[in-house]
Amino acid sequence: MLFRPNPSLGVPIYLQLMEQVKHAVETGALRAGDQLPGIRPLAEELVINPNTVAKAYRELEHEGVIELRHGAGAFVTAQAGGRKLADRVRAAQPLVAAAIERLRARGLTDEEIRRLFEAELAGLTRTGGQRG
Amino acid sequence: MADRLVVDIAGLHKRYGPVEAVRGLDLQVPRGSIYGFLGRNGAGKTTTIKVLLGMARPSDGAARVFGLPADAPAASVEIRRRTGFVSEDKELYDFMSVEEIVRFTAPFFPKWRRDLEERYMRVFELPAGMKVKALSRGTRTKLALLLALCRGAELLVLDEPTSGLDPAVAEQVLQALVGHVARDETTIFFSSHQIAEVEQIADRIAIVDRGRAVLAGALDELRENFRRVQLVFDRDAPQAVFRAAGVARVRRQGRVLTVIASGGAEPILDEARALGPVSVDVAPVTLKEIFLETVATED
Repeated sequence: MLFRPNPSLGVPIYLQLMEQVKHAVETGALRAGDQLPGIRPLAEELVINPNTVAKAYRELEHEGVIELRHGAGAFVTAQAGGRKLADRVRAAQPLVAAAIERLRARGLTDEEIRRLFEAELAGLTRTGGQRG
Repeated sequence: MADRLVVDIAGLHKRYGPVEAVRGLDLQVPRGSIYGFLGRNGAGKTTTIKVLLGMARPSDGAARVFGLPADAPAASVEIRRRTGFVSEDKELYDFMSVEEIVRFTAPFFPKWRRDLEERYMRVFELPAGMKVKALSRGTRTKLALLLALCRGAELLVLDEPTSGLDPAVAEQVLQALVGHVARDETTIFFSSHQIAEVEQIADRIAIVDRGRAVLAGALDELRENFRRVQLVFDRDAPQAVFRAAGVARVRRQGRVLTVIASGGAEPILDEARALGPVSVDVAPVTLKEIFLETVATED
């Protein structure tokens, strides 16, 4: 199965689903013109709220990743730019991998690394403290 | 607005003699939602459901379903006509067979959905000829659910629909509910103390504790807004009082100060930094943690 959101994470399911669709586009698992499952079948298959699927699809359409054709379903857009995005993400992966390797080498656990990333993304760099 | 709300409860109180089962409950269920009513045993969930269905009268406050007052006899008949209800005990006529109870129930409901009946008989693998009293707990629940789903109800009220079910059957039940809402634009209001299933299928929740809704809203918003901010100090963590709004809980443990923020981490970060911590961590909070942080655990 292409998508597998985890309801027990603290992250909204619709965001997880959006990320998974985008990831599928980035990796080429989904290409321009490919049809996504309908809202109801996907909700049933994943056993999640149909409103959640609808919200993810709306947001993905807003971001230009998919196109909702009336009555026909959801399709990956041509300008989802799978390629370019895929290239950028692929190029960034080694950077992240290297950073994680160095942090692990310093004895940080994956959970600590994850929290550091989250703190950094949340703009917490101004605390001025240094970690021991 | 009233039309958008299928259930609207304001300041509801229900006393049984000296016991106050519900004390000042507010709750609003928008049309088309799957609403998880989450609380510990004895929190007031079943009493609230009884009030909605006219089986208990409010001591104070008001409960409306489809905009109709739940405690007015004529309105209550109308409410029950448009609502499918599965009680926690899954009360059914034990002497009938599965087939008989379906044929017995259908004529009471003009909008009975024969198509859904056939579908759920098949999907739930219900044994048509078997006596109801011989059914396993899981099969009994699925039969009760079929009877509620097929009557063409606008609202389904389910009291602990998956309690006592094995995980495979519970998943089957949840799947049927999700599919039903997607197909027929029904609203589902279900009580549960199982956090995992609530976070799986609900788009809105209320956490009820001791007869009050201590937290209510869209689940995605709660997930986005709740953050744990952990401050580590090079000395004992200070006694901190945060002025910012949205501080749900502050806990001191040695050099660590943990703040649960209900309105995102941003509003409290300035105050947090002013305390001079050596590190600040922000992490999302799961529904289970939100539940445990908002529900009183001492008895």
